[in-house]
Amino acid sequence: MKYSIFSLARAAFSGHKTWQRTWRDASPRDRYDVVIIGGGGHGLATAWFLASEYGIRNVAVLEKGWIGSGNAGRNTTIIRSNYGLPGNSGFYELSMKLWERMEQDLNYNTMVSQRGVINLYHSDAQRDAYARRGNTMRINGIDAELLDLAAVRKMMPFLNFDNARFPVQGGLLQRRGGTARHDAVVWGYAHAASALGVDVIQNCEVTGFVRDANGKVTGVETSRGKIGAGKVGMAVAGSSSRVAAMAGLRLPIESHVLQAFVSEAIKPLIPGVMTFGAGHFYVSQSDKGGLVFGGDIDGYNSYAQRGNMPVMEDVCEGGMALMPMIGRVRLLRQWGGIMDMSMDGSPIIDKTPVDGLYLNAGWCYGGFKATPGSGLVFAHLLARDAPHEEAARFRLDRFRRGAMIDEKGVGAQPNLH
Amino acid sequence: MRIVCPFCGERELGEFTCLGDAKPVRPAAGASADEVFDYVYLRDNVAGETSEHWYHGGGCRAWLKITRNTLTHEISSVEPAAGVGAAKVGA
Repeated sequence: MKYSIFSLARAAFSGHKTWQRTWRDASPRDRYDVVIIGGGGHGLATAWFLASEYGIRNVAVLEKGWIGSGNAGRNTTIIRSNYGLPGNSGFYELSMKLWERMEQDLNYNTMVSQRGVINLYHSDAQRDAYARRGNTMRINGIDAELLDLAAVRKMMPFLNFDNARFPVQGGLLQRRGGTARHDAVVWGYAHAASALGVDVIQNCEVTGFVRDANGKVTGVETSRGKIGAGKVGMAVAGSSSRVAAMAGLRLPIESHVLQAFVSEAIKPLIPGVMTFGAGHFYVSQSDKGGLVFGGDIDGYNSYAQRGNMPVMEDVCEGGMALMPMIGRVRLLRQWGGIMDMSMDGSPIIDKTPVDGLYLNAGWCYGGFKATPGSGLVFAHLLARDAPHEEAARFRLDRFRRGAMIDEKGVGAQPNLH
Repeated sequence: MRIVCPFCGERELGEFTCLGDAKPVRPAAGASADEVFDYVYLRDNVAGETSEHWYHGGGCRAWLKITRNTLTHEISSVEPAAGVGAAKVGA
């Protein structure tokens, strides 16, 4: 199925009753060249890049539930590349560029909307830090603008600019940042990968690894039987430690819960994505009109996909401090997702010490924006057995070598990242 | 999640801070690089029942050892654990 203005018109004339399933719900075959564990955005993107860029089409993506049922459907849909450190900077900009062409690449409307991401600052020191961040971005070829108070007032006149503790002084804006429709990203990659021959297999939980006499991984045991594989890639952020443990690996990762919230739909209010880091609050508005917002992780290890009241309270207090009028809006939904919190706050994309097993993990709470970039560099690693140049620093052994990529500078305490 | 502090009784979660897994023990001075790497960076990241160190900063300021299920958040035991915070960071 190729989507175009003509297919849309045809379907419109038949009352939109003729749309077909956009990807094949495949059953597992005996063997694949590459098996990817995890049918979220990263796993499906990896499969699509393997098929489209690296010519490896005998690929399966195994998903325990339904595709996009994990963190791909639980994030707050923000895309940006406003990072400062070598390693992150180039990688997230690569990802940003892939977002900009994703809809053409996939022939799927992923609703990428470059409506801007602004980080507010509240003191001279914070302004200087953001000026430095913005300059770093621009040196690296990434767009950034430091806005003064007047410019922020013009953009978002509804903010409480005179908060006693955190008066708004300005913000760092990345205009190319914005949002995308998270479910459509999953469906789009499944659509495009499936068309190239990739098997997307749902309700197929990996229960163990098949190893040969030398310890090399040669397949996976699943709830739908044994599946042989030339190589196995893990893209199961949130559960990386659990899957890696089946291969006897311990990872520099803790699983933590991050909550997100959405309000009832209101008329257009918030122009882009706005972060109030000092108050542990960030918000954007979905195309349906709901305010989508969140804050910090809860701070304790969890696999429960739900959080607790103190962080809900903290996030809502942050929102009320900056935008007092949202107190009149009702909260519609609240949920939690499980984050792979790595020891330096940055991801891991590397071969593992187990031959035949490849790792894509440690995305902390920044995995969604990385989806296309992650897919490309992980596909590169799986196809070439060498890291992509933009992922060369995301090595598993960087902790042992002391080559951390610690954007926040808090050290090996994952609940602080 | 509410935690029954052995000194203060049942209190809300916001009074407490989680330090993490209680199992790793800080290696002695002179331990090998591998032991230190293991202690600082690697985690069991248990899915299920596990023991953790928590600090009751909003109450009696005692260190506690809490047995908790990471799949359900159910807490099965809370014990005093004086000094574990200092031991963890080598203070």
